[in-house]
Amino acid sequence: MKHLLSTENLVASDAIRILDTAEEMSAVGDREVKKLPALRGRTVVNLFFEDSTRTRISFEAAAKRLSADVINFAAKGSSVSKGESLKDTAQTLAAMGADAVVIRHWASGAPHRLAATDWIDAAVINAGDGTHEHPTQALLDAFTMRRHWSKLSGVASTGADLKGMRVAIAGDVLHSRVARSNVWLLKTLGAEVTLVAPPTLLPIGVEHWPCKVSYNLDETLEAGIDAMMMLRVQGERMNASFFPSTREYSRRWGFDDARLKALDDLGMKDTIIMHPGPMNRGLEISSAAADSPRSTVLAQVRNGVSVRMAALYLLLSGDTREAAPLNTVTPAFASPSSKESN
Amino acid sequence: MAENTYLIRGAAILGGEAQDLLIHDGVIAARGTDLSEEGATVIDGKGLVALPGMVDVHTHLREPGREDAETVETGTRAAALGGFTAVHAMANSNPVADTAGVVEQVHSLGRASGWVDVRPVGAVTVGLAGEQLAELGAMADSRAQVRMFSDDGMCVHDPVLMRRALEYVKAFDGVVAQHAQEPRLTAGAQMNEGTVSAVLGLTGWPAVAEESIIARDVLLTQHVGSRLHVCHVSTAGSVEIVRWAKARGINVTAEVTPHHLLLTDELVRSYDPVYKVNPPLRTDADVQALREGLADGTIDVIGTDHAPHPSEHKECEWAQAAMGMTGLETALSVVQETMIETGLMTWADFARVTSFTPAAIGRVADQGRPLEVGEPANVILVDPAARWTVDPHKMATMGRNSPFKGRELPGSVVATFFKGHPTVLDGRLNTPYKHPAVSSN
Repeated sequence: MKHLLSTENLVASDAIRILDTAEEMSAVGDREVKKLPALRGRTVVNLFFEDSTRTRISFEAAAKRLSADVINFAAKGSSVSKGESLKDTAQTLAAMGADAVVIRHWASGAPHRLAATDWIDAAVINAGDGTHEHPTQALLDAFTMRRHWSKLSGVASTGADLKGMRVAIAGDVLHSRVARSNVWLLKTLGAEVTLVAPPTLLPIGVEHWPCKVSYNLDETLEAGIDAMMMLRVQGERMNASFFPSTREYSRRWGFDDARLKALDDLGMKDTIIMHPGPMNRGLEISSAAADSPRSTVLAQVRNGVSVRMAALYLLLSGDTREAAPLNTVTPAFASPSSKESN
Repeated sequence: MAENTYLIRGAAILGGEAQDLLIHDGVIAARGTDLSEEGATVIDGKGLVALPGMVDVHTHLREPGREDAETVETGTRAAALGGFTAVHAMANSNPVADTAGVVEQVHSLGRASGWVDVRPVGAVTVGLAGEQLAELGAMADSRAQVRMFSDDGMCVHDPVLMRRALEYVKAFDGVVAQHAQEPRLTAGAQMNEGTVSAVLGLTGWPAVAEESIIARDVLLTQHVGSRLHVCHVSTAGSVEIVRWAKARGINVTAEVTPHHLLLTDELVRSYDPVYKVNPPLRTDADVQALREGLADGTIDVIGTDHAPHPSEHKECEWAQAAMGMTGLETALSVVQETMIETGLMTWADFARVTSFTPAAIGRVADQGRPLEVGEPANVILVDPAARWTVDPHKMATMGRNSPFKGRELPGSVVATFFKGHPTVLDGRLNTPYKHPAVSSN
C-alpha cells in the first residue's frame, strides 16, 4: 500500500478494509484522550494548492490523533505563488523528510504526478484534485451510508458492504470530483447509483459510467432511494449558460421543502440526506432539508476524521509502508503499473 | 570528383526494383544496374529502400524567440536524421513570422545550417492575433518566397478574415494552412472530450470544434475558388468532411501527424503531459479512420507537427503543461509501423505522402521529385528491417518530449542526401551542405 489516489481502482476488499479500520479509529474519537501513538515520529504534510479549510483541518485532526507531526503548506502566499513548480515543491518536501503528502490541487491528476514521478518518495493521499477525484470524501460518505444501511439491516457495520442500497447523487456532476469518486466506490461496494443533473452538468461519456442517469429529480425520488446526496452547485455556472438561473436550477434539481415532504409522502422514512459541504442553502438544498433528522451532514464531517485516520494509518504504519501490520494486501491503492510506466 | 559523387548500389527504388543510383554534382546522374563506380564513393544499398527526401509541411523550429526549446540548427539536424530534406517552419516564433524580415531571417538561418531546405511559413494575421491580415504579399515576394500561410497554434476563426486570406493568397499561388479549432468550444480544453475525459475530470476538446471549422473552410474555399490546407486532421468526422469536399472538387489538402496515427487518449490516464498535444490524441476509431483516409488519399500528407518544449514545460501538472510532441526523428518509423506494416500503403505511397505531395502543397522547388536522371539528388536510404527503441536523450532535437519514448519502432534512416550531399551517413549526422556563397535564391 503506497498511495491513495482514486477510488476508480480501489477493489472492494481494500475499500472495506479502510472502512473497517475507520470504525476502529472512530472509537478513539469517543475516548477522553483522543490520541493513538501509531504515527509518532512520522511527518504528514498537508499540501494545499487550493483553499479548503474543512478538508485540511479534517486531515490535520486525523494525523494529530495518530500522533504524527503535521506541517500545513498552503500554496497561496508561499513560494508556489511566486512561481515555484510542483516538482520543486515536492522535492523540497522530500528533502525535509515528509512521510506522507496530503495534496489538494486545482489541477486534475496532480496527485498522480507526485506518485508517478521520482520527485518525492512519500505516500501520496489525494485530498481532491480538480474535477477528477476526492477519494477520502467518497470513503467517508460510504462509511456514513454503511452505518445507516447496516443498522437498518440489523447487522454490524464492520465487514459490511452497501449491497442493494439505492443512492441518488444530484447536482453539478460535470465539475464534481466528489461525484466521480462516489460513483466508482459505491458501485464497488454494491450500491445502485443514479446521477441526477441537468444535461449540461453531466460529462460527455457519462453513459459509460456504472450508474443510471436521470434529468428528473422527482421521478428519481418516486422510484425509491435510500440516500439522497446533494452536490454543491456554484451560482456562477449560470453565467456560462450551464443553466438559465439559480431559481430555475433550484426548482428542478434542488432538494427543497416540497421534495423533503415527498420523502414522507412516499413512505421513505429511512432515507437519509447527504451533502459534502459547504452547502448553498436555498440553492441545491433547503434549510429544512439540511437541518432535518434525515440529514447526515455533521455525521459526515465527524466520520471524515475517522476515515482519514484509517487512510493515514494504513499508508504509514509499521516499519515500512510495504509491511504495515493491519494491511497485507492493498495493491489497488497505488495506481496500476500501466499508469506509471509511460 | 569523389567528393561529390556517390554510387548507391542496389537499393530498392521506392520499395520496387533494386537499382543503382549515381549522384553527381547535386543531381541524379544515372540510374540503372551495374553502374560504374569509378571516382565514386560507393554505398551498399542492399536491403535498403531509396526514397525521395521527406518534406515536412509542419515543423516548429522555435527560432527566433525560444532558442531554449529548439533552434534552426538543432531542429534541422533532427530533420536530416529523420530523413527530411525540407521542412516548413511554422510562424509562431517570437517575434511571429508575420513580416518579410522575420521569414527572411528564418530562411537565412536555414541556409546557414545547411541540413535541409527551411521553408518559412508566414502568419496569416499580425501576431497570430486573428484580427488583421499580415503582409502576405511581402512575405511571398521576399527571399524566403513564402507560399504557405498559417496561424498554426491559433485558428483563423473569424469567417470574414478567413475568407479574405483565402482570396488574397490567390494573387501569388499561396495556400492557407488552417489550424482548425473553434476557440469558444475549446476554452480551457485539455484533452479529447469523451469517455476518458469524463473519468479524468479534464476539460474536453470536442471533435466538433475541429470539424465545424473544416466544414466552414472548405465551403469558403469553394466560394472564393482558392486553396486550403488543413493542418493535423485528428478526427473521423474531419476525414469525412474532407472526403466530401474533395468529391465536390474543392481544392483542399489535409495532413495527419504520425502521433495521431498511432496513439489514443487512453494514454492520458497516466496524466503524463508528454501525451498533451493540440489537437489532442483521440480515440481508436479516429485512429483507424485517419489511417484509412491517408491510405485512400483523402488525407494527402504527413505533417509531423514537431513541437519541442523545454523539460520544465512538461515536468508539471497536466493542466500547466505545454501542448506538443517532438516528431521529426520518429515520423518515418511511426508511418512505417502504422501504414506499411499494416499493409495499408506501399513505400511508393509513402513517397507520395511524405515527399511528392507535401512539396507540391508548399510549392517547394527541387523537392519531392521522382528519383530519375537529371532530378535534384534529394534522396534517402531507409533500412525497413531495422528495429530500434526510442530514447529521447539520444535525439538531435533539443526537445525530450517524445510520446514514443521507450517504444520499439521499425525502420531507420541510413542516409540522407540533400542536394547531392550526404547530411546523414550510417544513420549518423555527417556534414551540412554548403550553400554557394552568392545566394541564388
